[in-house]
Amino acid sequence: MMISGELNTYLIISAILLVIGLYGMVQHRSLIGMLISSEFILNGAALNFMAFNRFIAPNPAVGQIYTLFIMGIAAAEAAIVVSIIIAVYRKYRSEDPEQVQDLKM
Amino acid sequence: MIVYKYIAEILFYAFMILTFMGGFMAVRSKMLMHAVLGLAVSLFGVAGLYFHLGSPFLAMMQILIYVGAVCIMIVLGVMLGNTPDQLAVKNFSGRNTLLALLACATGFFTLFVAIGQTKFVPAAERIGDMSIRFVGENLLFKYCLAFELISVVLLTAIIGAIILARGGREEVAK
Repeated sequence: MMISGELNTYLIISAILLVIGLYGMVQHRSLIGMLISSEFILNGAALNFMAFNRFIAPNPAVGQIYTLFIMGIAAAEAAIVVSIIIAVYRKYRSEDPEQVQDLKM
Repeated sequence: MIVYKYIAEILFYAFMILTFMGGFMAVRSKMLMHAVLGLAVSLFGVAGLYFHLGSPFLAMMQILIYVGAVCIMIVLGVMLGNTPDQLAVKNFSGRNTLLALLACATGFFTLFVAIGQTKFVPAAERIGDMSIRFVGENLLFKYCLAFELISVVLLTAIIGAIILARGGREEVAK
């Protein structure tokens, strides 16, 4: 049975990616672990866009452009988050989100 | 050749398993470095899925941007944030694992049922194809706002990251 040509396969894969990201977001004890989990969530969304783009979209360029957009957003987000983590680490000497509760630096 | 079709199908399974195993490694590993490695493996698997969805361009971009740039940046964050003896520190809490699993299983079950119940109707007619040429033409003419917007977002992010990361430097130097 060929499952690589079915829309539902890709939708379920992206749902699993989303769930992996949610689980990691809840379970990780460090800010970087949470950043890694958010990348999974973004990838699930991007895979969804690509699947719909391949199978049912009227213009097959839109989904690819949107996925490129998501990649750009993810790169910008990772840069910002890493620099925030560095700033937080300078202040608190810790990456545990439970110890970093004040916004005031 | 029918053989190539079966090889492609086997590769699809391989990429799917790579994606899931990488994700499992990323969320369950005790060391942050292993989590980043799992993320890279998983993103590589997703790039393979993009190949199967008929877009080699996006697959290459996925490898270049995600596996190449984002993972390296996260590795830098791990190395700058932790001293070497802290790298082995538990980054993973065993508390409430059952609750988290239950919540995720509920979410997945909801999505699964929703996907199964919905009837997705393909568009009546499709214009263009999946080629890079068509994507480029769309990106530069019809959807050039997205193109300009992403460049502004990236520029803002670079400037913001520099300002945030160098904020404490003078204090440390004193």
